Amino acid sequence: MEYFLELFFGGLTRGSIYALIALGYTMVYGIIQLINFAHGEIYMIGAFVALIVAGVCTIYGLSGVSILILAGIIAVIYASAYGYTLEKIAYRPLRGAPRLSPLISAIGMSIFLQNYVLLAQTSDFLPFPRLIPDFAFMEPVAHIIGSPELVILVTTFITMILLTLLIKKTRVGKAMRATQQDMNMARLVGINVDRIISLTFVIGSALAAIGGVLVASYIGQVNFYIGFLAGVKAFTAAVLGGIGSIPGAVLGGLVLGWAESFAAGYISSAYEDVFTFGLLVVILILRPAGILGKASKQKV
Amino acid sequence: MKKMTILISTFALVLSMAATGFAADTIKLGVAGPHSGDLAPYGIPAMKAAQLVVKKINAQGGILGKQVELLIQDDQCKPEIATNTATKLVTDGADVVLGHICSGATKAALGIYKDAKIPVMSPSATNPPLTQSGDYPNFFRTIASDDMQAKMAVDFAINKLGVKKVAVLHDKGDYGKGFAEFAKKYLDESGKVDVVLFAGITPGAMDYSSIVQKVRKNGAEALIFGGYHPEASKLISQMKRKRLKTIFISDDGVKDNSFLKVAGDAANGAYVTGPRDLSGIPLNAAATAEFKAEYGKEPGAFFQEGYSAALALLNAIEKAGSTDYDAVTHALRTEYVDTPVGRIKFDSKGDAEGVGFSVYKVENGAFVELK
Repeated sequence: MEYFLELFFGGLTRGSIYALIALGYTMVYGIIQLINFAHGEIYMIGAFVALIVAGVCTIYGLSGVSILILAGIIAVIYASAYGYTLEKIAYRPLRGAPRLSPLISAIGMSIFLQNYVLLAQTSDFLPFPRLIPDFAFMEPVAHIIGSPELVILVTTFITMILLTLLIKKTRVGKAMRATQQDMNMARLVGINVDRIISLTFVIGSALAAIGGVLVASYIGQVNFYIGFLAGVKAFTAAVLGGIGSIPGAVLGGLVLGWAESFAAGYISSAYEDVFTFGLLVVILILRPAGILGKASKQKV
Repeated sequence: MKKMTILISTFALVLSMAATGFAADTIKLGVAGPHSGDLAPYGIPAMKAAQLVVKKINAQGGILGKQVELLIQDDQCKPEIATNTATKLVTDGADVVLGHICSGATKAALGIYKDAKIPVMSPSATNPPLTQSGDYPNFFRTIASDDMQAKMAVDFAINKLGVKKVAVLHDKGDYGKGFAEFAKKYLDESGKVDVVLFAGITPGAMDYSSIVQKVRKNGAEALIFGGYHPEASKLISQMKRKRLKTIFISDDGVKDNSFLKVAGDAANGAYVTGPRDLSGIPLNAAATAEFKAEYGKEPGAFFQEGYSAALALLNAIEKAGSTDYDAVTHALRTEYVDTPVGRIKFDSKGDAEGVGFSVYKVENGAFVELK
């Protein structure tokens, strides 16, 4: 039972990070039907910015949690700026183009950002300070769920509640939902569609940056390539849950995290990815639109 | 004018005949390896090492009163060319051969030398069966075989740490998996240790919490990991976070400053195997200085091993008093020789004793060699 719980929380932690990143994929896809392949790189940039901020803060003698919060905020701002710019220069000029063009543009941006960080920073693995302290009261259960996992889970939970409130309760959220349903109609009723799309990128990037900072301080290392690998998994999570669906992305992330954790724990860690993608295949056969995805009819 | 030319060419002819006449009185050191093609950087340093050694020895009057002659042949690291190279060296009358460089080419050529009764010494062929199979009594090497590292780690875990339950993990790559498989083999053969877990992990995965929990569940006292430093630092950090007391043992791929930097405090107390620290050996520095004086740059791969092999071969001929096959191989196995890789002789299988790996412990963020 203890072993089960260990795997359960391990999977939950990993899954909630996948979910945070998957939200960015799914929100963008929901609105402009674009798979933003550069999204993983935004996550990586978030982690790098946090690393730099943490380095500066340490010089000024701040303590762990305050650094984490400050680094998190600055990383979110930076990553949002990157997301906004990305949309502006790489996707907006291709708005009317065939669907493949922005997709290729996205892959190009992904490669560009990776190599930009590689050149501007380093190809080495860099140590990331362990910003989340080991809480003493967690000690008896620290091997099942420690304070870093707890902080990740709580942060993710709060972030998702805020996102839900934003989308369900605010005017901006309403505009976003309207744009998702029908972009032309939204434009006709006076919604500034371009701004809503920009906003979607900003929100998605902010979520990815939060994920990046959390993972980096949990794992303790960053590298220019982490975004690609996390991006592939998060994209899988988004497809698994039903791309375009926000609750689907969260569910997909968690299912993927658990599947990996239990497969590695009970069957074989060497075949972790095999089980992950095997699960994806099975679910897509049974429910082609993903777990929570709605099968939309193609307008011809 | 025409007469002059004839005269000169006659002289030249006589001279060249004289040279071949003398040739019987030289000791012929064959050198085979890739000297062209994409693998040339692995072969040229050993060739240059042989040239430096021979130049020095000849300047001192040679061996047994004879000059040493080099026969250099290119095998491009290709087994099919290596057999031709070997035949050529045998035909040219090589007494001993320094080479080949790649394990595949070496294996292909060895049979030919064996039939011709020529001792062969490689500075770089690390494939374990070359010596361990016992098929090639004429083969020696000045580099440790691939499995030496794993053997070192396993011996250390059993004899020094006294562990009974060991988990073996690897990163599924050629290097890491090879190391892990050898480690498992030696652990099983020892009969004293239970391998409680043998598994691959996915490089670049977000975290390794499940596999760490699995190591805990199996009650492993030590974890032997085959792979590189990014995965190792992730693993060891998570083990610490999950409050595991398991001792971490790994390979040369982890013995990197990045491991110390990224894993930080978590790395303290870990053990890694790595090549022995040779910088304290005077001959090593001397050989490098010699190379730099001659070529004005750093020597490159397998230079020290090549230098050592040339010295060991020529020393054995001197000690044996002849180039007779049995006498030379006997001398290689019994006479110590000082080389850039240490004071060595060869065991019955042909591996150099005292060459190879050490265990390092991470203490206060630095690797400390354990004697």
